[in-house]
Amino acid sequence: MTATQHEGLSVPTATRRLSGAKAMVEGIAQEMARDPEVIVMGEDVGAYGGIFSSTTGLLEQFGAARVLDTPISETGFIGAGIGAATEGMRPIVELMFADFFGVCMDQIYNHMAKIHYESGGAVRVPMVLMTAVGGGYSDGAQHSQSLWGTFAHLPGMKVVVPSSPYDLKGMMISAIRDDNPVVFMFHKGIMGLPWMAKNPRAVGDVPPEPYEAPIGPAAVVRPGGDVTVVTCSLSVHHALDVAEDLAPTGIDVEVVDLRSLVPLDRETVLASVAKTGRLLVVDEDYRSFGLSGEIAATVAEHDPGLLRRFARVAVPDVPIPYAHTLEQAVLPTRERIRAGIEGLVGP
Amino acid sequence: MSDSLVGAAAAQVAPAHADPIHSQGTVAVADPQLVRLLTPEGERLDHPEYSRYAADLTDADLRGFYRDLVLVRRIDVEATALQRQGELGIWASLLGQEAAQIGSGRAMQPQDFVFPTYREHGVAWTRGVDPIRLLGLFRGVDQGGWDPTEHNFHLYTIVIGAQTLHATGYAMGIQRDGAVGQGPDGDQGTAVVAYFGDGATSQGDVNESFVWASVFNAPVVFFCQNNQWAISEPLARQSRIPLYQRAQGFGFPGVRVDGNDVLACYAVTRAALATARAGGGPTLIEAYTYRMGAHTTSDDPTRYRIAADLEAWRLKDPIERVKAYLARSGIADSAYFAEIDAESDTLAADLRAQCLAMPDPAPLALFDHVYVDQTALLGEERTAYAAYLDSFEPAGHGGKGR
Repeated sequence: MTATQHEGLSVPTATRRLSGAKAMVEGIAQEMARDPEVIVMGEDVGAYGGIFSSTTGLLEQFGAARVLDTPISETGFIGAGIGAATEGMRPIVELMFADFFGVCMDQIYNHMAKIHYESGGAVRVPMVLMTAVGGGYSDGAQHSQSLWGTFAHLPGMKVVVPSSPYDLKGMMISAIRDDNPVVFMFHKGIMGLPWMAKNPRAVGDVPPEPYEAPIGPAAVVRPGGDVTVVTCSLSVHHALDVAEDLAPTGIDVEVVDLRSLVPLDRETVLASVAKTGRLLVVDEDYRSFGLSGEIAATVAEHDPGLLRRFARVAVPDVPIPYAHTLEQAVLPTRERIRAGIEGLVGP
Repeated sequence: MSDSLVGAAAAQVAPAHADPIHSQGTVAVADPQLVRLLTPEGERLDHPEYSRYAADLTDADLRGFYRDLVLVRRIDVEATALQRQGELGIWASLLGQEAAQIGSGRAMQPQDFVFPTYREHGVAWTRGVDPIRLLGLFRGVDQGGWDPTEHNFHLYTIVIGAQTLHATGYAMGIQRDGAVGQGPDGDQGTAVVAYFGDGATSQGDVNESFVWASVFNAPVVFFCQNNQWAISEPLARQSRIPLYQRAQGFGFPGVRVDGNDVLACYAVTRAALATARAGGGPTLIEAYTYRMGAHTTSDDPTRYRIAADLEAWRLKDPIERVKAYLARSGIADSAYFAEIDAESDTLAADLRAQCLAMPDPAPLALFDHVYVDQTALLGEERTAYAAYLDSFEPAGHGGKGR
């Protein structure tokens, strides 16, 4: 995906290609250079550079007063990030794995997400909670979940789920400048890390200058007339791969990259479904009570007549297995996506 | 100082049952370190370390402390009555803890920032928060009650202990703004005070905030009001050692102060704030006091504690000792006390009238401020709810004024 594929968005012209991780770090570094209130906190964000390379080089560039290796205390750094944000700073706090929200969720959904509301708008909490999501590399049931549906379910925070290097940089800049708390969920498989499964789409065109990729609009990253695939994050890559594979067979797939779940761009989804009448939701989060059901409900509430066929490819309601073959069985792989699409256009 | 106050501590931390796991080891409860500047009988004491922090208090200041104590108790009594009469949803009484709150609150400077629990009505008073704002919160006409930035007094935090981390993060922000370490006498610069109770010391958040404040040397004062009860659970369920001694394990000083002694609470807090302002890092203050009322108006403490305990603590009342001291030393006379009593009754009557006159919140206000700018979805939900309200007869809630 390239920058210019974001329809309707005014974007700079890309001039070079970066991995997702390098794009994201560049966005953070440019904001730190621009705004002294921006700081980074988390476990192993300093000399290590983030275990998924989300903070590489920041310590050297900005020093230990602004890039803080914290105590191993998720509740601690999220709670302290909230306090610092109310004081006027713009903290970027890294929760190493989204799976770890279990030890710190009170600070996230009862405080970070509610202080603005309860203060009647008097107190803002402009912080970014960035966190790694997703599986595919045998990291087990507590290190492989996507969980964005859980965060998107709870009011008061934006939830960003970028898929491309362009968005990793641009949406990170938007998230830092946003006066709301933003949960920035980056998939390990889109960072372009050498030790992960090779993913050509994890390297992409990224403009060198700072730019905002707005939080809210979805992107039709591949137009098509037969089937709509609504998805986000790494699954966008898989959906595009499948769409290209299917094109010679005469199945014309439209791929919608949601880019953020809160806010959710319902209009783009509805417009696409109005065109195709067939909707496949691909979600690396659990199947029940999540994104796929929300998208289906959105269409049904708007006009159930739009939808001729509907299906979803998601993680079945089981923990993510450690065993590679079992994990591949539950993830929304290209094979499962292809089968899902073919099921919608078949007899 | 080896009076029944310390004896009560021993009783609280003794294991409730003969238990081989708890029968070994020594529990340090005899505590000669309790800081006290005013006895329950109203006699001034000297303390080698802390007297100097109260030495510059004028007679007017001392009368002001008395006035504060009486007025906040009167506010509290009125609020409890309003709840009993159905005018407030709930109220968390500060009865018995007036001195801990007024002493610590008056030790702060305007630039300091406070992160309270839901019981800090006395601290709110010292920060200039109009008491009617407290009633607005508990009456449910307002989500938060006041503008924290106007008083440097954060919203009441309902979740136990969570605010200690917010305070620590706020203090780290101050550090990075360069507002720490100014001035030799400690009244310049900025510091943060985090309030919490004895029950909160068992929470992860509080312990994590201790770690944080310690390793980052944050300018924060942890002010624990040990009122002996976490709803129905006594202190023995939270700790085997005096709470202030926990600080040592985290690497910063802890001090236990007579929480019913407004002068000692003032002096100890002022000293801790001076340390924080000067870049000396955090201090834990354990204000040893007693919750004379219920946990909240939803609680009935007669189910779990005995009247004799209450009577023992009544003899250590935080207001009576100040009154005795002021009268004995000639700083105030009966005319002054009568004047304050009259003022408190006027304040309470005025507060009641204002409370009853507060309008219900506009229904559609429930959609405000979820985000800084309203999202399209919330706009749709708001519109749908407005249409629903409009479907009723005009005399209903859906008419004008929403």
